[in-house]
Amino acid sequence: MPIQYYIYLCLTLFTIGIVGVLTRRNAIIVFMCIELMLNAVNLLLVAFSKMHHGAALVKDATSSVGIEGQLFVFFIMVVAAAEVSVGLAIIVMLYRNTHSVDINFLNRLKN
Amino acid sequence: MSVTEILFFFLSALAVFSAVMVLVSKSPVHSVLWLIAVFFAISGHYVLLNAQFLAIVNLIVYAGAIMVLFLFVIMLMNLNAETEPQKHMWMKLAGVISGGCLLIILVSMVRQAVDLPGKTALMKEGNIGLIGNLGKALFSDYVVPFEITSVLFLSAMVGAVVIGKKE
Repeated sequence: MPIQYYIYLCLTLFTIGIVGVLTRRNAIIVFMCIELMLNAVNLLLVAFSKMHHGAALVKDATSSVGIEGQLFVFFIMVVAAAEVSVGLAIIVMLYRNTHSVDINFLNRLKN
Repeated sequence: MSVTEILFFFLSALAVFSAVMVLVSKSPVHSVLWLIAVFFAISGHYVLLNAQFLAIVNLIVYAGAIMVLFLFVIMLMNLNAETEPQKHMWMKLAGVISGGCLLIILVSMVRQAVDLPGKTALMKEGNIGLIGNLGKALFSDYVVPFEITSVLFLSAMVGAVVIGKKE
């Protein structure tokens, strides 16, 4: 499969995530759009990893070039899981203080 | 058109449609469910690329753990479509237009790239995505970052408890 197809798909998903962050006011939806962007980048990393692996297999049938990309995706998932736990705790705290998840309440963090 | 191509286009269409529905849905619970559909589609892409370990981890961590956490929080707050804060119409339009401009610029950049034509991603072949090879690399070359990850998780756990507890 040509690598451009994967790039276009991931760009589309990433842009949808950006539009979500720009157009929604619910803090949870904004957070979910950030997860969507992270996943688009993950998919692109795996596609590029397979692209380099395919190019290296032609020269050497036993090479493991490109495995770093997939390990990087693994670490991104780990960081995303940690980020979600802290981020959701912040959103719960915001809801407890303001009784709303509207991010416009956050434009001034004071008070 | 081979089976792989049909599956690729089906999964791509499913991912993009579900991602749009995440934004369009009024109720946050529906958004979460559509986002789970996006994650399933992306896991299907990983299987097509023969990255089986990442496909399973994506399902377990994202669709399983993180999305359940989101659902718990949404149900805890009793959010629904009526209490959903809405942005002004012009702000939404401006957001969509600026996002569309970004997409156009990025796509035109990719179309002009001279290195990309002729490059293909290896589908359903190659064994670097299998759990044995990834595990060997993870526990030989990348063992220090892997151990630091556990410290990161511990600090995230402590942080979540400290932030979330009542004053």
